[in-house]
Parts: sequence; C-alpha cells; structure tokens
Amino acid sequence: MADDLALLLRRAGFGPTAAELAAAKKAGYEATLAALTAPTAPDVGASLAPVPVLGPDPFFRLSNPTAAQRAKASEERWEQTQRITQWWLDRLTVADHQTREKLWFFWHGHWATSVRKVMRPQLMLLQHRNLRSSLDFAVMAHKMITDPALVFWLDGESNTRTAPNENLGRELMELFMLGIGRYSERDVKAAGRALTGWRIDYDGARTYFSPAWHDNGAKTILGETKNFNAHSLVDFLLKQDRCAAYIAERLWFRYASSSDPIPKSTRDAMVAVFPNSMSMLRKLFEDEAFRATAGKLVKQPTEWFVGAMRHLGLRPGELSDEMSTYVLNGLERLGQLPFAPPSVEGWPAGAEWLTVGAAQARLNFAGRIAQLVPAQRLTPEDVAHVLTIETWTNRTYSVLKATTDPQRLLTLGLASPEYLVT
Amino acid sequence: MDAVTRRRFLLASGVAGGSALVAGAAKLSLGGLLRTASEASASEDHRKTSKLVIVTLYGGNDGLNTVVPYASPAYYAARPELAYEPERVLRLDDALGLNPMLKGLSSLWGEQRLAVVLGAGYPKPDRSHFRSMDIWQSASPSGPTSSGWVGRWLDGTKAAPEAAVSFEPMLPPLLAGETRTGACVSVGGLKLPPGVTADMVGALGHREPNESELQARAADAYANLINIDKLIQHAEAVSAPPEATVQPDSPATSTGGSNVLSAQLSRVAQCVEAGVPTRVYSVSLGGFDTHASERVGHEFLLRQLDQALASFARRLSGTEAGRQVTTVVYSEFGRRVRANASDGTDHGTAGPVLVLGSQVAGGLYGEQPSLTDLDDGDLKATTDFRDVIGTLLASVLQADPARYVGGGYQPRMLPFLVRD
Repeated sequence: MADDLALLLRRAGFGPTAAELAAAKKAGYEATLAALTAPTAPDVGASLAPVPVLGPDPFFRLSNPTAAQRAKASEERWEQTQRITQWWLDRLTVADHQTREKLWFFWHGHWATSVRKVMRPQLMLLQHRNLRSSLDFAVMAHKMITDPALVFWLDGESNTRTAPNENLGRELMELFMLGIGRYSERDVKAAGRALTGWRIDYDGARTYFSPAWHDNGAKTILGETKNFNAHSLVDFLLKQDRCAAYIAERLWFRYASSSDPIPKSTRDAMVAVFPNSMSMLRKLFEDEAFRATAGKLVKQPTEWFVGAMRHLGLRPGELSDEMSTYVLNGLERLGQLPFAPPSVEGWPAGAEWLTVGAAQARLNFAGRIAQLVPAQRLTPEDVAHVLTIETWTNRTYSVLKATTDPQRLLTLGLASPEYLVT
Repeated sequence: MDAVTRRRFLLASGVAGGSALVAGAAKLSLGGLLRTASEASASEDHRKTSKLVIVTLYGGNDGLNTVVPYASPAYYAARPELAYEPERVLRLDDALGLNPMLKGLSSLWGEQRLAVVLGAGYPKPDRSHFRSMDIWQSASPSGPTSSGWVGRWLDGTKAAPEAAVSFEPMLPPLLAGETRTGACVSVGGLKLPPGVTADMVGALGHREPNESELQARAADAYANLINIDKLIQHAEAVSAPPEATVQPDSPATSTGGSNVLSAQLSRVAQCVEAGVPTRVYSVSLGGFDTHASERVGHEFLLRQLDQALASFARRLSGTEAGRQVTTVVYSEFGRRVRANASDGTDHGTAGPVLVLGSQVAGGLYGEQPSLTDLDDGDLKATTDFRDVIGTLLASVLQADPARYVGGGYQPRMLPFLVRD
C-alpha cells in the first residue's frame, strides 16, 4: 500500500517531497487520488510563478528591418525564449497542483511544437496558455487546430485551396488524434483540404479564417463525405472510436508503462470518461493494472530535474544566472528542453533515455545540483528519505556507504538507477 | 552574459535554432574512444578493417531535386517553381544530374567514388516520418520490430558497445538490438563530478537480482560508460573538434536529426584514423521535411551535406585507414513528384541512396523511377532498400545479410562495392 502511494505520487506529479508522501500515507490511496486529480484549495505554490507577460514580438512592426535591427530583435527573441523556459521549470517545481502541471507538460509533448521553427516565444506561450485553458481533450483539439504556433509549425498557413499542404492534416490524424495507420493516404489529402483557409496574423499573435483560401468542395474522410472544415473535421475525428482509445493509450504510455500495452479493461474505463483528460488519468490511477507498472517508466530529463529541485527544496527561479544557463544546457544534453521537442512526435520514452552519453551528462548535472545544497551530515538512509526512495538496492547502498561526503552522496543518489526509474 | 557566452549558450542549448550536438554535448568521451585504439592495436590493427558510416537524413529528402531527372518534361511540368534548369544540374549522364549545390559529390562522381542507387524504397510505402524511418532502420517493411539492423548485427556478433557508435544526441533505433546496443559518443573526455570516482560509477553499474529491466538498463549505462573508458591504456592526444557553424532557424518541421553533420563526420574521421575498433558509425542531418518554400531550405541543407561529405571523403582518401570506410546516405522517403502550391512538397516514396568511398565502384545502380507511371502521384520504387542494406552487411561487415535483414528477405547483392 505504501509502495502504491509512492508510485501514484511519483507518476502523477514531478516527485513528491518526503512530507507529501508522509501526508499521503496518512490519508490513504483514495483520498490522495481525489486530492491529486481534483484539488480543492487554490494553488498557492503556483502563484509564486505566474505566467510571464512577454510584450510584443521584437519584430513587431519592423516591416523592413536593417541588419542591426534584425540582430537585436533575434537576440531579444532568444532572451524571451530563455525566460519562458526558465519560468516553466520554476512553475513545475513550485506548483502544489502537481498532477495538473504534469498533465500540461504531457500535452506539450503530445502537440509537440518547437520554438526552433516557430521562432516567436509569444506564440509558444500562447499555445501553452491554450493548453492550460482546455479542460478536456475536445476543447483542446479545437483550440490546437487553429493555434498559431501549431499551424505555423505544420505549415498550415501555406495550406490553401489552390495550394494544398498535407503536413498539419497528416499529423493531426497520425500523432494528435487517431494514431498511425488509422487512415489512408486519401484521408490525409482530404483532411489537408478541410484545414485550408487558416492564416496567421503575426503582429496580432492569432490565426484568422479567410474564406477565399478555403476549399469549399466535398471531401471524403474515413468514409464520410461532406464539406469538412477545420472544426467539423476535429468534431468528426473526436467521434471516431479510435480517438478516445488513442488518447487513453498515450496516457498509459506516459504515465504507466512505455513498453507494455494498455490492458483492454483499463482502456475501456478511460475511454468511458473521454474527453475529460483528468478523469481519464483518475481512471488510470484507480486501475489495478496501474499498480503493476512499478519500474516500467524512466523519468524524462525535465521530470528528473524538477523532481530533484523539489526533493532538495530548491527553486529554478532562484538559481544564479550561471546555474540557470547550466540547467538549460544540461537539459538539452539530456535530450529534453521544454518548448523545443526534437520532433513533432515529441520526446522518446523508456530505455532511450538510458544511453551511455546520458549517463555521463546526468552524473555531472547531478553533481552541479548537489553543490547547491548546503553541506550537512547525511547517511544513505537520509538520502533515500529526501529523495523518497523506499529502499536502495545492495549495489547502490554499498556505493553510498563508501562515502560520507554529503554532496557526493546526493550526486550518486540523484544519478542512481533507483531514482531514474519509477 | 557577454555576447560570446550567449552565442555559445544559444548553440549549446538549441533554444533559438542553434544546434544541439556541439562541443559540449556530454556523451561518452571521444578521447576515451580514441584511446581504445592503442590497446586494441596490440592484437589487431583496426586500421585495416572495413567500416561503415551511415548518414541519416531526417525528414524525407526530396530525391527528385537531389538526383534531378533533367531530361524529363514531366519533371518540369510537375514542379515548375522547384525544378532545376538542365543547364544548372551537374550531369551524371544524359538523363540525370546532381543538384547544383552538390559540387563536391559531383567531383567524387568524376573520380568514380560515388555510387547512386536509384529509386530505393519498399513495397506499400508508409508516409509517416516515424514509421518509415523505423522501417528503414529496422530493415523490416512488413511489421514492427524492436531492433535495428545494425543492432541485430551487434547481437549476432556479440559485439562490444563500441563496435557501433552514434554521434547523434539520442541513440537511433538503427543501433538498438535485442540484447545489445551501440554507444552514443561525444567529445570532452570522461568527466565526473568532484569526488566521484570511476570506481563508484562502475559500482553503480552492477545489475541487481529482481530489479526491473529498465532499472537494470540504467545500471548498464554506467557499466558501459566505465568499461569503454577502461579500455584506455595510453592517452592519445586528441585534436579539438571543429567549431560548430551557426545555423539559421529551420524552415522545416523538425522530424529529428542533428544539424552539425560536418562536426560529426570529422569525429568519425578522427576515430577511423586512430584505429578505433568501431565498425559502424551513425551520424545524421535533420530538417528535410520541406513542405513549404522548399527551394531555399533544401539548397541550404544540400550544401551542408555536400560540404560535409566531400571534405570527409577527401580526408579519408589520404590514409589507409580512411580508405577502408564506406559511407551511405539515405532518408526515410522522397517527396511527392508534384509540388504543392506553397512551393514545397509533401511526403512521397522512393528516393536515391548515395554510397561513397574509396572502395565504391562509382556509377548509377538500378533504374530511375518513371515520372509518368506513378502510384497515386508517387514514384514507384525500383530497388528494394533491403538490397542496399544486404550489400553493405555482406561487403563491409562480412556478415550474412539474410540473417540481419528482417522478415526472411533474401537481399540481392548490388555491385557498388569493389574489394581490393
């Protein structure tokens, strides 16, 4: 039971503190699950890290910039990108409603959009707000299909009646709503036509619909023929049986096991409460099958870093400039920089995080984090308590036992296989 | 932060279009890998074994604008804004020519060190980047497999982790076997936090009975990190990797891949020349998903590719070790024949595979797909890509191709390699 609770807290959020774990043990599984998925108190922690206000894009109203103006504006964009990335890491760390914050991070990896192509941090932050303000998947899908960052990322603005472009339509079906192979190439082309007509007003940071650019003809998608547009296409895809099942599978893959398939009964229970994604998560965490997934997920680098900050009582927002820079570099080396997923497929999972190269990067990252903690006497048992690890394996215990240096103990604890795998 | 530091950070973090895999990317130590050479050379000279370098172009490279069918009226009719005039292409024969950006490859062609395999693909092409890339890397078009063809070769030969090395940020499925995987390597040497010794890290690498498979693999990573470093007996001076060049923001949706190919290839050359026991290297270039305004973006990428490959080939041809290297360049699919009206191309099917090196018999292999007999707007593959992989397995790795190509396929050998 205690093990189940630790698993629940680790999977639902970014790493429970020892105090949170103790409180959960007192409250029991049901009450803890209810508090995680439907918190009643306001999120006081999150209020310490409000969503930043960036102001306009530095290129705003620069219609014909000089080289110097361009360089300056690019530099400002980069600073703004750095700012929102550091803000997000801080927010993930301080928020009390950990389950919500982690779910939004999940959705960022689902509708994976990178600032490296979008370039405008304003649009990335707008997408972030759009994800946050979508209470269920149906609302989210409607917002995303006209979200300027996503539309730009997948060339939606160059998809017009006379100029079809399949990128957004394909990924909408393959990666966002149905899963690979649940459609034909003809469906991809027709979906592309349904999505025509949306253009981007960059200065206004919004999309708008231009009827003259829209293909008004009949399109046949998954056997149904009508004059689909962006929103009727999303509605139609939401009604497909595959859509709810696909979202359930993605949640299982990210929250339960990146290798084992979702059991049918678990999927059915989650599908029954689609499109409310928090309810789907709750069904997942209630399921017997979830409790059997201990040891089946690897912490993603952001999760590992934010968890370490939480466990050690540190805040990304309070780090020195030098350390803040190190953190972003470190996450990039480990393969996960928020707002910059490596591809439209999002981030990998499982053993792909466990490369030799990542092992070295993580050791050094852990060493830098440990240096932020004031020296104090520590035993291996203390380290386990702080990092909320139930027991060390004999292997790790004997390594920890061989040193008394607190920072070395923390470094090895943060890098340990027990801490990396949940 | 001063401007230089900022720039460095920008590059290293990749925040604003910088490249991820620059000098700082802390993977396994290049110095360590290089130094494996000196120990290994006691028993065997790895400078004399043949080696394979696999260059993955992520995003679906436009094959028709790489190897241009300049004599075909259908080519000009299908993509008027994207097509290259006959006088601009670098001619291979009276029908095909290289993109004007590929000047270095064109001179390799002149020296008969470039083979172009035409129309490579597989039956029932999949236009998903991710599925199609899995198919190429697993050499299994029929169904999902969890291992790459190099990974299966590692399994089958019980190879050490350093037998196959990736200079990409994440391990590609290509190098993942059922029981073994290749190693991700980068520059910088084995650096550990203060007070943490190699012995401690090595001890973290022991598997424990009853721990989960993932937890055991997390331990393995530490063991491999130290094992490879332990092969080092005598330090060998390592020249610094070249500075990464600044990249502009990407015009394409990212579908994976790193952007500093020349830096990766120069690391490969260092390893080859030092006699490292690695037999297969994996490097990559991303950004080929050119759905819009393709011309500028694609030319930029091809110029990068050309410069990286040409200088790599030139460098390798100067040493005996370098002449043992064969390099193959592929992408998960080509683009649609007809341009879309945003002057880009959508996901297509077959494309050319390039093979270069001193052991390569230059020339065209296979048949250029027809531009008038299309499969719903797409090229019909004329060469099964498994024949290319099979040939590389047999000729470069001296392995039984049927054993490592998936689905019981019997590859047909293509004569693009000559052995001395």
